[in-house]
Amino acid sequence: MPLKLNQSEFVVERDLNKCISCEVCVRQCSNDAHEYDADDKTVLSEASKCVGCHRCESLCPTEAITIRKKAAEFKDNSNWQQAHIKNIYKQAETGGVLLTGMGSDKPHTVYWDHILFNAAQVTNPSIDPLREPMEIKTFIGAKPEKLEIEKNDSGFKLKSKLGPHLELSTPILFSAMSYGSISLNACKSLASAAYSFGTFYNTGEGGMHKDLQHFAKNTIVQVASGRFGVNRQYLRSAAAVEIKIGQGAKPGIGGHLPGEKVTADISSTRMIPEGSDAISPAPHHDIYSIEDLAQLIYAIKEATDYLKPVGVKVSAVHNIAPIASGIVRAGADFVAIDGFRGGTGAAPQAIRDNVGIPIELALAAVDTRLREEGIRHKAAIIIAGSIRSSSDIIKAIALGADAVYIGTAALIALGCHLCQKCYTGKCNWGIATQDPYLTKRLNPSIGTKRLSGLLRAWSHEIKEMLGGAGINAIESLRGNREHLRGINLSEIELSILGIKHAGQAW
Amino acid sequence: MKKIFIDEQYCIGCRLCEIYCQVKHSKSKKILKAFREDQPGTLARVLVEEIGSNSFAIQCRHCEDAPCTGACISGAMAKNENTGVVICDEEKCVGCWSCIMVCPYGVIKRDIKSKKVASKCDLCFDEEEPVCVKNCPNEALKIKEI
Repeated sequence: MPLKLNQSEFVVERDLNKCISCEVCVRQCSNDAHEYDADDKTVLSEASKCVGCHRCESLCPTEAITIRKKAAEFKDNSNWQQAHIKNIYKQAETGGVLLTGMGSDKPHTVYWDHILFNAAQVTNPSIDPLREPMEIKTFIGAKPEKLEIEKNDSGFKLKSKLGPHLELSTPILFSAMSYGSISLNACKSLASAAYSFGTFYNTGEGGMHKDLQHFAKNTIVQVASGRFGVNRQYLRSAAAVEIKIGQGAKPGIGGHLPGEKVTADISSTRMIPEGSDAISPAPHHDIYSIEDLAQLIYAIKEATDYLKPVGVKVSAVHNIAPIASGIVRAGADFVAIDGFRGGTGAAPQAIRDNVGIPIELALAAVDTRLREEGIRHKAAIIIAGSIRSSSDIIKAIALGADAVYIGTAALIALGCHLCQKCYTGKCNWGIATQDPYLTKRLNPSIGTKRLSGLLRAWSHEIKEMLGGAGINAIESLRGNREHLRGINLSEIELSILGIKHAGQAW
Repeated sequence: MKKIFIDEQYCIGCRLCEIYCQVKHSKSKKILKAFREDQPGTLARVLVEEIGSNSFAIQCRHCEDAPCTGACISGAMAKNENTGVVICDEEKCVGCWSCIMVCPYGVIKRDIKSKKVASKCDLCFDEEEPVCVKNCPNEALKIKEI
């Protein structure tokens, strides 16, 4: 037996008093962690194969299985933590870059958890959203310099010309996740939930599958560095176009969909040969400056007759404020900023955990900069990168965002257990896989219901929190940082966030 | 009448339908007891057919003109005129297996462990919803009025 330096991450506990050897766990595990022994009529488990996705645990009819984290087996060391040691063992063995999936799991500060929201007391009345109207409708696009209204015989009429914009029933959109990185059933769930709820999903760089074309009016299509699936009809049928420069989980890094995942269906959607690797270069090779970006923005606007908002997605990096300013000046109708806790299907672990800045600081810095330059109205800001709850959304809006993208949260709603093994293509929940045996596990009609449920719940909570603060329209909260207070934050953090510390009055 | 429909696109081959069917038709109706103590065990009356990544669960279709009822020599297999459900009266069944020979779907099984009778889906007539439909984790089985 070869020397095994890395031990199992999990313990598979099987209560033999409860196990009925029905083999559901055996059939459900794509990692072959469970095996039926016909001689003994028992199920045996091999913990070293377990990735901790909890699929078997969820489907076991007698609750006989418990997946537990294996207790640390190294001597305590605050410097050489378990993760460092295990990674070195792995890399010494393989000589390769460590890959991972989903967003960073490192304990960096989550600023949402250090920000508290306000409520109305005595001097201003709070509002009950169940009894009084509450508006959370959101528009994404450039706003005019000023609104000119003219009076004619029939009443008042808007004289100013409004640019193209998206109308969202709630300030939440589904992040870019391509067909290829996730299954078609996952894409169908996102598309149909966006359609039924009156919001938008994003194709990522996967192209628009023929089965999803009837959701085109609720689709933001992406033009990324690989230009996969981009054609005239793709751009013109969508509701908006997003140029993807970067992704929060891996700023400065391109993408690579391995050839084995490029099935016939994906090949026709991406317009590349079947079985060929789909490589998205790290940069767009025609964009080396803001001027180049402006050319692409206007090329797309020309191609879509100036009828659709065109946005740019960037990851939150150190210079995000001037970069965002450049993007707005280049003519983007919205800027999507992806923070460093944002998710991914595959990224080098070193980059995911160490590159970029938290979305809260990036958002505050960008909103402040655009206001100072007097161009905040020229583009909407959509933020992404680990929005975990409705309260994260309300804080984001008060910090200056127009809307938020949710990716990881949406996948969790579909069953994802954050095992971070998306890159293996063996997702037991039928999400990050193209294996037909596994993709079947995500029934889009269930997926649509669950995603709509999440949107409904969060929208309701947003209304409750707005009402509590005495606000009856989300527009009145946008960029209103007086409604936020920091807790356990330093002066510099408070000043970047542009908020007072808890205890400081107006 | 109500019939069970199968959406094979979303059958994940977990066979939970078979397990819950077994429990439902066991003596104790309790999952642990049914698999441990109720011996000899009960047969599942729904069957998951599987080839590669394709699978579907099939149970008695409760045919309008059910050939098994005609083939039955003892009058055990009969279609209830009111509900349309085809049921095998275990008291009358003599185990000649004529029904199995004529069933076009192969969904009648020989229950040789307990009584020698033909075992088939009874559409869980005493439940609000058949247990296979109720316990399918991916809604691949549905019951609809036709």
